[in-house]
Amino acid sequence: MDLTAFLIQVLNGVQYGFLLFLVASGLTLIFGIMGIINLAHGAFFMIGAYLAYSLTALVGNFFIAVVVGLFAMVAIGYLIERFAISFLYRRDHLYQVLLTYGLILVFNELQKIIWGTDFHSVPVPALLAGSVPLGSTQSYPIYRFFISLVCLAIAAGMYLVIARTRLGMMIRAGAWDREVVQTLGINIGRLFAIVFSLGAALAAFAGMIGAPVSSVYPGMGDQVLIISFVVVVIGGIGSVKGAFIGAMLIGLGDTFGKVLVPNLASFVVYALMAAVLLWRPQGLFGRGT
Amino acid sequence: MSAGSGTLRQSRAIAGLLGLAVLGFAIFPWLGGEYYIDLLIKVMILGIFAMSLDLLIGYTGLISFGHAAFFGLTGYVLVMVTPEAGSISVWLALPACLIAAALVAVVIGWMSIRTSGIYFIMLTLALAQMLYYFFNDSTRYGGSDGTFIASRPSVSIGSLRLLDLSDRITLYYVVLASLVGTFVLLLVLLRAPFGQVIQAIRANEARTRALGFAVQNYKLASFVIAGALAGFAGFLEATHTGIISPAHLSWHESGMVMIMVILGGMGTLYGAVLGAFILVFLQEFLQDMTEHWQLAMGLVIIVVVLVLPKGVAGMIKRLESTLGNRHKARVSAVEAGDG
Amino acid sequence: MAEPILETQALSKEFGGLVAVDQVSLRFAAGTVHAVIGPNGAGKTTLINLLSGELRPSSGRIHFQGREITGAPSNRIARLGIGRSYQKTNIFPEFSCLQNCWIGAQARLPTSMRFFRAARRYDAVAERAERALALCELAHRKDVPAAEISYGEQRQLEIGMMLATEPTLLLLDEPLAGMGNDESARVIELLRRLALDHSLILIEHDLDAVFAIAEAITVMVNGEVLETGPPSQIRTSAAVRESYIGEGDAA
Repeated sequence: MDLTAFLIQVLNGVQYGFLLFLVASGLTLIFGIMGIINLAHGAFFMIGAYLAYSLTALVGNFFIAVVVGLFAMVAIGYLIERFAISFLYRRDHLYQVLLTYGLILVFNELQKIIWGTDFHSVPVPALLAGSVPLGSTQSYPIYRFFISLVCLAIAAGMYLVIARTRLGMMIRAGAWDREVVQTLGINIGRLFAIVFSLGAALAAFAGMIGAPVSSVYPGMGDQVLIISFVVVVIGGIGSVKGAFIGAMLIGLGDTFGKVLVPNLASFVVYALMAAVLLWRPQGLFGRGT
Repeated sequence: MSAGSGTLRQSRAIAGLLGLAVLGFAIFPWLGGEYYIDLLIKVMILGIFAMSLDLLIGYTGLISFGHAAFFGLTGYVLVMVTPEAGSISVWLALPACLIAAALVAVVIGWMSIRTSGIYFIMLTLALAQMLYYFFNDSTRYGGSDGTFIASRPSVSIGSLRLLDLSDRITLYYVVLASLVGTFVLLLVLLRAPFGQVIQAIRANEARTRALGFAVQNYKLASFVIAGALAGFAGFLEATHTGIISPAHLSWHESGMVMIMVILGGMGTLYGAVLGAFILVFLQEFLQDMTEHWQLAMGLVIIVVVLVLPKGVAGMIKRLESTLGNRHKARVSAVEAGDG
Repeated sequence: MAEPILETQALSKEFGGLVAVDQVSLRFAAGTVHAVIGPNGAGKTTLINLLSGELRPSSGRIHFQGREITGAPSNRIARLGIGRSYQKTNIFPEFSCLQNCWIGAQARLPTSMRFFRAARRYDAVAERAERALALCELAHRKDVPAAEISYGEQRQLEIGMMLATEPTLLLLDEPLAGMGNDESARVIELLRRLALDHSLILIEHDLDAVFAIAEAITVMVNGEVLETGPPSQIRTSAAVRESYIGEGDAA
């Protein structure tokens, strides 16, 4: 593989990693702060992608569609938290797994009812179409750079919020010890609603901005979900930093895996996870509940 | 494990009901048509699969979300050992499948049991997915389409043929015997010292360790036994339908078998079979009604989790004890009043 | 002292920057009741967790009956003959009282990887379980689910579970926690009886009970040993009174 091709794969891997980070960070915060295993998280990714598809077709402008979609997603996330997830707070993990699995079936089928089973695509916005030359023979799509930059900005924003704001402090405290936060008199219900809605919105956003580079199809949420689990497990539950590193590791591992050992590509991801967990069963930055 | 008056009466009542159920299953082939015989075979096979998961979830406290790995694996092992022409003896095929399932369970179990809680659930899920993709992406056994077995295993001693597993009725009774046998085996295991330990682990793992038990070893043993039994169910499934597909290893399969255990009532063994029965027939019913039956199924699952966490068996137990209490109250009122 | 049944040398435990147990060197004589007292946060429970194997020391050594057991996990320590009861009741609530003692009694088998013969047919185990239940005076509650007995009875069961493993050394973490006078008196009697043929290491806040049955007392403050000696010495020690008893009755 020559240098340019290598660079392209690195860029692809990083871009994929960034999208995974958006999904996984929401997942890990929901685990860490709310103690909830949310299998339906992949569905949020899928809903985002389909919203991008429909709203762009409706409104004609991708960016407006994304903004509208985000608002919609925060509302959807809030409703789901209030009307389904809140019943799981003091329940066993087993019931959380099952209820959110039921949600997956419901969402997947609703998607088929609303949008059908065809594959769709979302056109890359004209503003960001085109490529940047890379080396003498290759070029790299501007839009993919855009994805990475936006995700980087979000990651930086998340870091600022978590490290510097009161909300972030509550999030860190809650991820460390849920009961402590409650005894501190913080409105746990509101904190959970915020965390869940934000997590859902992040996943949906990833689906939205990722849509122009991949197809929009039924069941796309399931694949992302499992990979996000792997990322969270590698990074450690409740750790956004871990989610970032895990996402990059998997993003690059999967991308290079598909190029170097195409028959074993999916295997590579799980092998990576197995290796990390053999070394550190609670993940890279996890606390080990 | 709970004690108290009425439990003996409860167990006798339940044993009676179970006996009736087995009888019902036994005479069904005389009454029902081919389609329903096939359906009941499916129910019984899933019942074995679900009971093996109940051992983990309901009795050991291990929430494995990758149990389908063992269910699907043995189908592929059967394909691997079945020759193109002729057939493989069941005395070779079955042990091969069980050993394969047990070995994979040792590996997956050893890796997963080092973790606990959410990590365990996700690790079992991910490792099962690894196995799923291994078969799904491979070209050798049909990839995502799967493949067929060329012939059913032969059950014979020397040249004397004992059973024909391709005959539906024969297979039905073989599966019924397997179901009852699995139930009895698990019951024996749970009453043995081993069973006491794993139930103690579920009730209070730290204390069990502090009392002197190497808890990880017992969890692993439970995991391997459950995996082998799930593999047994997979062997029967492959023998029944002749179709091998990676879908049998998918996490949807793992999710569905978990639902069966919860729906029927975990920690009861018979609840798992009951759950399999209800779910299969529910699916039949819903599929007839609408092509979007998965939506209804999802809603059913949500409702069960919220309203019936102890499953149908739990509901029956509650009914029994309310009736029992009312009976006791009436008896003591009579004894007091008529004095 | 003749060979101590348990001995620690410079035992320490750190959590991040916090030193919970600091260079504790103690010798516990066989056949005695040795109490460990001290204000909250003194490191007493951490010490017991180190002795029972539930925590691994950051440094230092532990010897039991002359053999080193530093860093051994809790299941191995239990098998060596050290039993542990907990301050926060740690029973099997869904099991009957007899079942609660059964698990400990079964632990005495060389292995429980026995899959076929029914557990209740192991007579030796049944005897041990019944004996433990009788020792903690709950034989009459044998088939009652542990969740349904009173708090005081649960504390008795807590001890019974430990006794079922037939330990030589008993580590008791606040056995009288949350008890009224009558219940306390009953448990103190039980401990006195146990002291006849076991060695006891006892953490307690109820100082009346401590001075009634302890033959040796160690006072811990801030993770360190302040003083060790017979009750008469501790009762009159100025240093102890200053740092602990003087701060008010801790009951």
